[in-house]
Amino acid sequence: MFPESKIPEGPLAEKWEKHKFNVKLVNPANKRKYDVIVVGTGLAGGAAAASLAELGYNVKAFTYHDSPRRAHSIAAQGGINAAKNYQNDGDSVFRLFYDTIKGGDYRAREANVYRLAQVSVNIIDQCVAQGVPFAREYGGLLANRSFGGAQVSRTFYARGQTGQQLLLGAYSALSRQIAYGKVKMYTRSEMLDVVVIDGQARGIITRNLITGEIEQHAAHAVVLATGGYGNVFFLSTNAMYCNATAAWRAHKRGAYFANPCFTQIHPTCIPVSGEYQSKLTLMSESLRNDGRVWVPKTVEIAERIRKGEIKASEIAEDDRDYFLERKYPAFGNLVPRDVASRNAKQMCDEGRGVGTTGLAVYLDFADIIKRTGADAVSQKYGNLFAMYEKITDEDPYQQPMRIYPAVHYTMGGLWVDYNLQTTIPGLYATGECNFSDHGANRLGASALMQGLADGYFVIPYTIGDYLASTAPKPVTTEHPAFKEAEAEVRGRVQKMMSINGTRTPDDFHKHLGHLMWEYCGMARNAEGLKYAKAEIQKLRKEFWSDLKLTGTETELNQALEKAGRVADFLELGELMMDDALDRNESCGGHFREEYQTPEGEALRDDDNYAYVAAWQYNGDNQPEILNKEELSFENVKLTQRSYK
Amino acid sequence: MNLTLKVWRQKSRTAAGAIVDYQVKDISPEMSFLEMLDVLNEDLLRKGDEPVAFDHDCREGICGSCNLFINGRAHGPETGTTTCQLHMRKFSDGDTITIEPWRANAFPVNRDLSVDRSAFDRIIQAGGYVSVNTGGAPDGNEIPIPKEIADRAFEAATCIGCGACVASCKNASAMLFVSAKVSQLALLPQGHVERKTRVENMVAQMDKEGFGACTNIGSCAAECPVGISLENIAILNREFLAAKATSNNLA
Repeated sequence: MFPESKIPEGPLAEKWEKHKFNVKLVNPANKRKYDVIVVGTGLAGGAAAASLAELGYNVKAFTYHDSPRRAHSIAAQGGINAAKNYQNDGDSVFRLFYDTIKGGDYRAREANVYRLAQVSVNIIDQCVAQGVPFAREYGGLLANRSFGGAQVSRTFYARGQTGQQLLLGAYSALSRQIAYGKVKMYTRSEMLDVVVIDGQARGIITRNLITGEIEQHAAHAVVLATGGYGNVFFLSTNAMYCNATAAWRAHKRGAYFANPCFTQIHPTCIPVSGEYQSKLTLMSESLRNDGRVWVPKTVEIAERIRKGEIKASEIAEDDRDYFLERKYPAFGNLVPRDVASRNAKQMCDEGRGVGTTGLAVYLDFADIIKRTGADAVSQKYGNLFAMYEKITDEDPYQQPMRIYPAVHYTMGGLWVDYNLQTTIPGLYATGECNFSDHGANRLGASALMQGLADGYFVIPYTIGDYLASTAPKPVTTEHPAFKEAEAEVRGRVQKMMSINGTRTPDDFHKHLGHLMWEYCGMARNAEGLKYAKAEIQKLRKEFWSDLKLTGTETELNQALEKAGRVADFLELGELMMDDALDRNESCGGHFREEYQTPEGEALRDDDNYAYVAAWQYNGDNQPEILNKEELSFENVKLTQRSYK
Repeated sequence: MNLTLKVWRQKSRTAAGAIVDYQVKDISPEMSFLEMLDVLNEDLLRKGDEPVAFDHDCREGICGSCNLFINGRAHGPETGTTTCQLHMRKFSDGDTITIEPWRANAFPVNRDLSVDRSAFDRIIQAGGYVSVNTGGAPDGNEIPIPKEIADRAFEAATCIGCGACVASCKNASAMLFVSAKVSQLALLPQGHVERKTRVENMVAQMDKEGFGACTNIGSCAAECPVGISLENIAILNREFLAAKATSNNLA
């Protein structure tokens, strides 16, 4: 039977308030008797660890970084949404809720998204109080801009470094609690398993990345805030260390994995330039406000560009195809991320891509430079232009930028109920590592919002409900389950060390990434998914018989760390193929070629697929069991997204 | 490009280290410096040698993880750049490149090029925050801040904590890092209440960690990848003196 989503009864706007009243409370004097483990210290984890410590719980926080300040949340550029209506432009909690549900193509849970919109307002206040230097107007009040298709200005920002400033805010709150002794911080520690006793999460197994020591940590509850798994594609905009291991090991212990194939592909990234490439760099979406996207009208001209015979600026206006403006006259270059990405791929598939690889389209600023002058453009986008020039060695004031879509964010993740609890009681998942708030497509400036909402304003309330029903007796690592889990972790590490084959972890990772991108990327079809699944199975066998590592497991060994993560990506990748194959519809960033409108747009099937696919692990090499959480929409009307 | 790399190898914190020479071939000018090291490491691993340990993560110049001392300069020859944003086109075919970890007593070596920068975290824990619990914060616009002040606070807040300032300083001083946080919070009304204890406690922790004193050479700011200004050190000195002269710190 599917576990309940525990969505509170009553009108949408009252659910969260009522729920907060109905959850059980832990007596203040008892709070110090409870230990909570938080894994990951980005926006969701850092905020959760600090807030739980402020309440009085004993927190143990873990990160594989050398400092909690380095979590990948730091790299977010654009901004964070909040329904403050400071601009008097008609924004409201309901409008933010509505935009988010619609933007997610109606595959998110109404109640969770509404709560997100509600607490968005508190997030800004909290961050301002911490000293986060948001952009201000000359009158001293907070500044806003519009973002990602929204028709109101509700995005708060700190230049192009909003993620950094918000993370440093959470990090400072966390640092304060570390100094007080309420948080014990474990850096350079990677979680490799979760310990489940009598069906409840009671601790974790970690590896100290400096000494290689395997450690046991017990607690009354465990919160995972370990981010997304976009690096399953090898190349992505994620930081190099982002991985699925913690979430995947939790999955294998019984936590369901929801909508794994929902991946966001971001349209404005710097294209791949060679085989050696380690990651992709995102250019802020704001560039599409003024840049015009185009490719040559004919394959012949595109070929001449690829050979370096002509430059983009030499191509006559009549020979250019501004394909977004042509196909979507109402939204033009500002269509949502999934639409822009898919169309860029189509152009390249037709042979009209540019750059040496042919996998790029132009983002051209010539018109705006002509209209307002290079200085005005530099004022607005100077740092982005400089970044582009640094990476590509091309001057975007002279030649158009080359862009191509890249994997950016994963909307799938561990299934959680309204309390953010996974299907393992006592195990919670927050931020990008859960599935709950973005549906099939994440809107701009909503990821930071969810991370902080979960960390500051949801988990501190909901975890109390669970802890209050758990006796405040100390939990220790004496239970045999700890020893067993540790032995499994050790066995796995030693097995990888002993294979002594010929292929490096990166080699396997690149191979997997290629399969994922080709067959489960911007466009998928049943045939390709089945083929890729079989290929991944082969690759996994090879991994466990031909992996090459050096050194030992009892020292800093970065190749070993990498190998463990690749092993988990290989299993997750296969599940992503299954999930994409099950969903016989196109929605959000998930485009199944068999399901499209006559105009080639995504065709959703609400009658049959308005559900969350929650996959249940069923033993090694066994097909996973599909559980369906039906989504009901009582407050919004499901409509076809159209940007024509 | 074909290059000779002279790389600092050190097994562990307590082991002795040495410079080891490596040859890398067919390096594309498009590669980032860290991608060049990836190529070296893949070669080493395939040959059965141990790859060179180094710190990195976002590779977008913002996480502050990467920390290489390249040809005697923090983050290499280009100014205003982290190592991950340094590209091989800045080097020439046949070059010899020396790569070392940050050199400072307060940053002990973990292995090879990876160092322990937790001293920075302990300095922040000593007071680099505004004491405010979650929930119950006043409306954001209840605390208006003049744009010039907000912008200056933002400039100071952009520090990525990479440690290039320490590595570039002949005294291994952490003044630029500490001053950036002290300035940010001293400028803002939210940080005002704890202004004196903050600067006293952070400076005390900085000294305790074994960072050296500032002698106004300015190499920290010259080598800072994100352009943190020396002006912050002046602010730090002023804040510290003012706090000492009128201290609320009764301890």
